[in-house]
Amino acid sequence: MSPITLTVNGRSHTLDVDPATPLLYVLSDDLALRGPKFGCGLGQCGACAVIIRGRAVRSCVTPVSTAAGAEITTLEGLGTIERPHPIQRAFIAEQAAQCGFCLNGVILTAKAFLDQNPKATDAEVQQALSGVLCRCFVNTRMLAAIRRYRNSPAVAPAAAEQEGGGR
Amino acid sequence: MTPDALDALARSGFSRRDFLKSSGALVVAFAAADEVWAAQGQFDTRASHIDPKQLDSWIAIAADGRATAYTGKCELGQGIQTAQIQLVAEELSLPADRVTLVQCDTQVCPDQGTTSGSQSTPTNFNERNLAQAAATARETLVRLAATRLGVPAGELAVAGGTISARSDRNKSVTYGELVAGRKLNTLVDANAKRKAPREWTVLGTSVPRVDMAAMATGQLEYVQNVRVPGMLHGAVVRPPSVGATLAAVDESSVRTMPGVVKVVVKNNFVGVVAAKPWQAMQAAAALKASWKDGPALPPQREFYDHLRKQPSRDAFVVNSSNVDEMLAKAPTVVRATYLHPYQMHGSMGTSCAVADVQGGRVTVWSSTQSAYPTRSGVALLLGIPPDNVRVVYTRGSGCYGINGADTVSYDAALMSQATGKPVRVQLSRKDEMAWENYGFAYAIDQRAGVSADGTITVWDHEAWFASLGGRPGYETPGNVVTGMLAGFATAPFRPAQAAEPAGEFRNGSNAAPSYVSGRVAQHAGGAGTITSERVLTHTVRSPFFTGPLRSPSRLQNTFAHECFLDEIAAHVKADPVEYRLRHLSDPRLKEVVSAAARTAKWETRPSPGPDASKTGVARGRGFSCVLYEGDNGYVAMVAEIEVDRATGRIATRRLVIAQDCGPVSNPDGMRNQLEGGALQGLSRALGEEVTWDDRKVTSIDWRTYHSLPLGFELPAIESVLINRAGVEASGAGETAITIVAAAVGNAIFDATGVRVRTVPFTAERIAAAMRG
Repeated sequence: MSPITLTVNGRSHTLDVDPATPLLYVLSDDLALRGPKFGCGLGQCGACAVIIRGRAVRSCVTPVSTAAGAEITTLEGLGTIERPHPIQRAFIAEQAAQCGFCLNGVILTAKAFLDQNPKATDAEVQQALSGVLCRCFVNTRMLAAIRRYRNSPAVAPAAAEQEGGGR
Repeated sequence: MTPDALDALARSGFSRRDFLKSSGALVVAFAAADEVWAAQGQFDTRASHIDPKQLDSWIAIAADGRATAYTGKCELGQGIQTAQIQLVAEELSLPADRVTLVQCDTQVCPDQGTTSGSQSTPTNFNERNLAQAAATARETLVRLAATRLGVPAGELAVAGGTISARSDRNKSVTYGELVAGRKLNTLVDANAKRKAPREWTVLGTSVPRVDMAAMATGQLEYVQNVRVPGMLHGAVVRPPSVGATLAAVDESSVRTMPGVVKVVVKNNFVGVVAAKPWQAMQAAAALKASWKDGPALPPQREFYDHLRKQPSRDAFVVNSSNVDEMLAKAPTVVRATYLHPYQMHGSMGTSCAVADVQGGRVTVWSSTQSAYPTRSGVALLLGIPPDNVRVVYTRGSGCYGINGADTVSYDAALMSQATGKPVRVQLSRKDEMAWENYGFAYAIDQRAGVSADGTITVWDHEAWFASLGGRPGYETPGNVVTGMLAGFATAPFRPAQAAEPAGEFRNGSNAAPSYVSGRVAQHAGGAGTITSERVLTHTVRSPFFTGPLRSPSRLQNTFAHECFLDEIAAHVKADPVEYRLRHLSDPRLKEVVSAAARTAKWETRPSPGPDASKTGVARGRGFSCVLYEGDNGYVAMVAEIEVDRATGRIATRRLVIAQDCGPVSNPDGMRNQLEGGALQGLSRALGEEVTWDDRKVTSIDWRTYHSLPLGFELPAIESVLINRAGVEASGAGETAITIVAAAVGNAIFDATGVRVRTVPFTAERIAAAMRG
């Protein structure tokens, strides 16, 4: 055990944990966050994703020690029920979920990818999601939500102007 | 009840009859057979300490006029929470945001068995249960208002929770004023009048999911997020192979590890409890336990033949006496065998539960589909009366049938009882996948006789499928792995000869194809025209646990039927849609068939199509349809695909689905189910198969069990909803998935002229089939 300081969704936490503990357990148990989820513990499904340094990282296979000092963003750090982030708004508008358990990984993976590749094509978006699972298979709606976000002023102001903004 | 269960009861000082009474299982128990439970008992509303005859068991009106409804059918991701809120709002003439729904908390909700089998809509949206309670509540409130206002009930109007005189709107009273939080204290009235679909303003509309924003923002509490003060974390240690028994456990191997609280052993059940989840998982991995292997598993490559050689429990679904004679005299007999593997639920999240056993009372937070049965199962497992157990349904990862939710509830209960502290258990990916109750493996033989004019005159179906355990119900915790390990027997397998079908025709999980007449005694209950018909099923003991997996048996049977119909059509050079219509009698099934074909602009011609003689990429289309479970939802599908002849790889380009489930509660929710069901079906048709070696299951993660990912190249999906008033509302969660494998299999044939009769249609399998 040793004290580690994490910055999560803008708040700093100092915790006494085994430095080898995967970040996921610290987030979901010590900090009681509901966004990142245990799906496989093997980095295969995406349910545990968080954003660190602009990239979607699989927290189930990331030792907490390697995340010390970095800014960590989880799904609840993007927006709230009252003020959802534009990508969350896009998922709500498309009703893009069934059980919702995968949404954390889908939304954060898509957001990190589009923030870095705002002009990505549909095929490139699909490629970026090739390591993410949704076992309810809400694929059609989720890709529609991601397209809606990509075309929104949040990502592509010019494109949004041309198309008259998102629906 | 198993001997172990009876022992457990005896120890708890409880008679079987007391137990069954308090667990509400009387109906099933004294009808006695597992089959009864499986076939019909598990969805029904039954008596418990929450009396379903009482209106107050279903609906409460608060002083502020808000309504709270209590249901035994829960949200699994399918949208039934929102739809039930719409239903109650509609019948009470309230906006949806003034209705709260409490789901499957055994403290306050009626016992509605299991949320499964596409039965929530039939059960709660027709003239009974929740719908009837809500209608009764409105009529009761109107009667109270009539007295209060001195205006005859017939002259009152209801809107937005206010009842007013039509002639004088100033004469009005709100629900809150009428009831003020008191009980309504009346019985659910079977004659209370439901609103007709044409009057609906909330039900029947695409009300957005009430849980959507919470899911998208990471605010929804899943059972994986439940945290109780003083809670510890448990991890299970499952046997290293199927059938292994525990020889010894060395507790000292983990005692000094950080956070370890206790090693829990009960018979062959082993778990480790620690202060933190990561500590529990590490201790479970480090624990030294020795196991004695059970018998070797049957080799996977010979498994379908193995099935045919086992003792079996046999049943006729239909059996007209002239099948052999008709086959003998038919000018042409077509034969084919279809094979379907074990598949798994493979939920996104591994299963999780929190149990708190304190002073002989138990609370379990569980994502089980079966709150009351789990209450009874936990009671048996812990040797305490079910009245002392409360199961609080809490959302889990989408389940598609019995995933690990029930078994992990037992895991948590056992470890909490052993430590006297609340314990949370979440399974590892491997423990979830290697031990869940798989969907049945099937081998199916089909034979049909065809007359000189190309009409099918006789259909003979014989199936072998592997089954073990299943839903625990109220009294068989040994039907899932934890109960079995803890010493409870799995429901016994008893071989039996087939009895002649009697009573009413039931299609036996779509064991009967849609094209037979379904004649039992003097009444034909099927959807088709073929009167010489035999459907014989052989249930065989499975080496692995099995249980309902989205569209259990119906999917496997329908794959075989709809491909076989296509094979016969090809044999007589008939168009597959016309040939279906020619052998169907049910007008609603014919209508969805025609609607799907029309929407897809189906070209009338026999299969295979023009590409079958080409090289390179071949295009094809396939058709399939079903009346789910014989009475619960009509669906038809066109699949358009491309097959790369060089690699065998399939790309699905378009799926057109037409569905008739009676009056639609939420059109967007239904489309979501159709789209998800179709794509889940595609994943299962193209890649999913449970594998094993001589000792253990080898499908233990997402590298060894092949699901389509979110990024796969999507087909365009078009859904046609036939919204039909004046008939019962039926289920929509399992229709589309049931017919995907057949539509794709038929499209492969149309594209290439090659028939693949084994699921999954992997690229290697398709390529090998094309090489011949």
